[in-house]
Amino acid sequence: MVTSRIDHKWGMVVDLDRCNGCQACVIACQVENNLPINDKNAFLQNRAYEWIRIERYWEGDYPNIKARFIPVMCQHCENAPCEPVCPVFATYHNDEGLNVQIYNRCVGTRYCINNCPYQVRFFNYWHPNWPERLQNQLNPDVTVRTRGITEKCTFCIQRLRRGQIQVERRAGGELNDGTLKSGNHMPACVQACPTNALTFGDQNDVHSPVKPYFEDVNRYNIHHEKERKTRGYRVLEEMNTKPNVIYLKKVDPNLGGGHHG
Amino acid sequence: MQEGRVLSTREINRDLLRSILDTPRWFWPVVTVLGLILLVAAIAIGIMVNRGLGVTGLNRPVAWGFFITNFVFWIGISHAGVMLSAILRLAKAEWRRPATRAAEVLTLFSLMTAMIMPIVHTGRPWRILYWVFPYDFARGIWPNIRTPLVWDPSAILTYLTSSTLFVIIALVPDFAVLRDHTTGIAHRVYSVLAMGWEGNARQWKLQIVAGVLLSALILPVFVSVHSIVSWDFGMAAAVKSWHSTVFAPYFVVGAVHSGVSAVAFALILLRWCYGWQDYIRHEHIDALGRLLIVVATGWFYFLVMEILFGMYGREADELMVRQTQFTYWPYNFWFILFVITTYFIPVALWLSRAWRRNLWIMSIACISVNIGMWLERFLIIVPGLINKQLFTFVWADYRPSIFEYIIIGSTFALVTLLMLLFSRVFPLVPLYDVKEGDVLRTQVQIGRRTVPATFRED
Repeated sequence: MVTSRIDHKWGMVVDLDRCNGCQACVIACQVENNLPINDKNAFLQNRAYEWIRIERYWEGDYPNIKARFIPVMCQHCENAPCEPVCPVFATYHNDEGLNVQIYNRCVGTRYCINNCPYQVRFFNYWHPNWPERLQNQLNPDVTVRTRGITEKCTFCIQRLRRGQIQVERRAGGELNDGTLKSGNHMPACVQACPTNALTFGDQNDVHSPVKPYFEDVNRYNIHHEKERKTRGYRVLEEMNTKPNVIYLKKVDPNLGGGHHG
Repeated sequence: MQEGRVLSTREINRDLLRSILDTPRWFWPVVTVLGLILLVAAIAIGIMVNRGLGVTGLNRPVAWGFFITNFVFWIGISHAGVMLSAILRLAKAEWRRPATRAAEVLTLFSLMTAMIMPIVHTGRPWRILYWVFPYDFARGIWPNIRTPLVWDPSAILTYLTSSTLFVIIALVPDFAVLRDHTTGIAHRVYSVLAMGWEGNARQWKLQIVAGVLLSALILPVFVSVHSIVSWDFGMAAAVKSWHSTVFAPYFVVGAVHSGVSAVAFALILLRWCYGWQDYIRHEHIDALGRLLIVVATGWFYFLVMEILFGMYGREADELMVRQTQFTYWPYNFWFILFVITTYFIPVALWLSRAWRRNLWIMSIACISVNIGMWLERFLIIVPGLINKQLFTFVWADYRPSIFEYIIIGSTFALVTLLMLLFSRVFPLVPLYDVKEGDVLRTQVQIGRRTVPATFRED
């Protein structure tokens, strides 16, 4: 099976011009990945789980005030700072460009949490509990993580694996843009986004919609940011973590620019 | 500089073995109180392991808190042993003699206590063997040698091994004295420990050679242990105020500062507990005070440099951390207290010869240093995490819970208890070293003054 495998390198593009901060992705992620319910205590203790979060920033003064939204999920960095610091190899980079977390190996040193510039790793301070009536809504494809370990966004690896089994191994096809969409194999946040602000795809696939953005941003590094042909950029690019998530700048007609890409 | 009268060998044996051969009246009550504190802490750790780290005050951005602060603190204290016995031995500082054993033993016990901290702080402490011991036959996955968390146990265990050897080699002649002064089971145990020591010329030569060799070999370990501990922070690229190259020397000097202060305080306590006025004399505490002025000033230079390097880059997130440290309540209060207690109060006290010789004032100065050094580690670790990146959505404060306070407090009880128990079984002031010092000392006339001097050891 391994010999006939198709090489993938997953990537996501987040169009900030389309994001309206509706938080549908947050809920979709919560449901898909068996995240514990963020109750009042979770927020009071600053221990809420948000594998994807919408950061909202206010810009300007009343009455010309604007809300800006940035969805932040695990950036699946190529140069991930969280990976070299794990003493037990609980987090590592797999050959599909994903930064994966192995829950069984994790001992909970929380060094990776400290070393993540995007703050997208979460520690299970308590054992996760669901109300009795919600026990049956848990996704059987995803493990329920115990207390004492670190967890984070996986790009819904369970969906990608299901896609690889159904499309590539059984049907002999290829997991590309069309088959990802038709089989619901893309991450839950992408599927839930009503404005299509999130796009998911394979950087190795020539027809993938994410490919041009990755090519552009990879060609012109942070020192040549002005020469980029698209609106693409990476968050905290100066850290050189090389994320597999690219953000597209917001087009703001009020700023007089409006022709970023 | 040697003061006081020359004591006979018989007197030295009688005085220094008093702690072992008779039980002081205060001993059992103190041990009981310390034991109770440890029992409470054991229950606290039990609850924490049972219910999860949720019982602590740690949260989303502040994933490391009191436990790691305390870990770095105790590793710092452990640096006194090598500083006093190895470096001063190689430098031939005579006044070190009565202080060496206490310093080395404090090293051992503070290292052991320090190692408890990162283990209880992990989410699944029962799986920690995977990380600390690099043999994993079942899974075939070796530890990740790129992480400072694997360097840490290697450095600490190396230091622990070499310090233990150092203590044992220095103890052998004293074991022989104990063997000759005890009867029954104690006699048999000390006979085994003395390893057939007769005090002949060959044995002394081997003992001295081993001591000097270990002193020299332990020096790189001494520098590397706290450097590696500092790299836990220095290697964290994502935490702006931690990611600094100055951390290794800064931490090493800080460790010597707090460690030597702790030893000075421990010596004052021992002198008071066991009545060793003739052995731990004012001149020894005085010399430690003078050494500490130099160490403290060196440390202060690194403190200023660390802040300067941080500000010089003018990165918004680094400046934000500094702003938290300097201006936000309660960190501004802790910061002012930290600088005053670590440098200005003790150094002002140490500058006066009369105050260096006043044991009460020396105790206050040494405790003050250690309060300050604990705060230093706290002020590096926590404000750095509170707002480590520009994302304002993940900034949060840290309030330690009662569990953390109990466990931190108990580490002090643990070290005290271990030191007390040790002092009841082994002499905490090296008998042979004191005798040797007495043999070697003399007085020479330089101009109009008579100054104490010693023969060279070699």
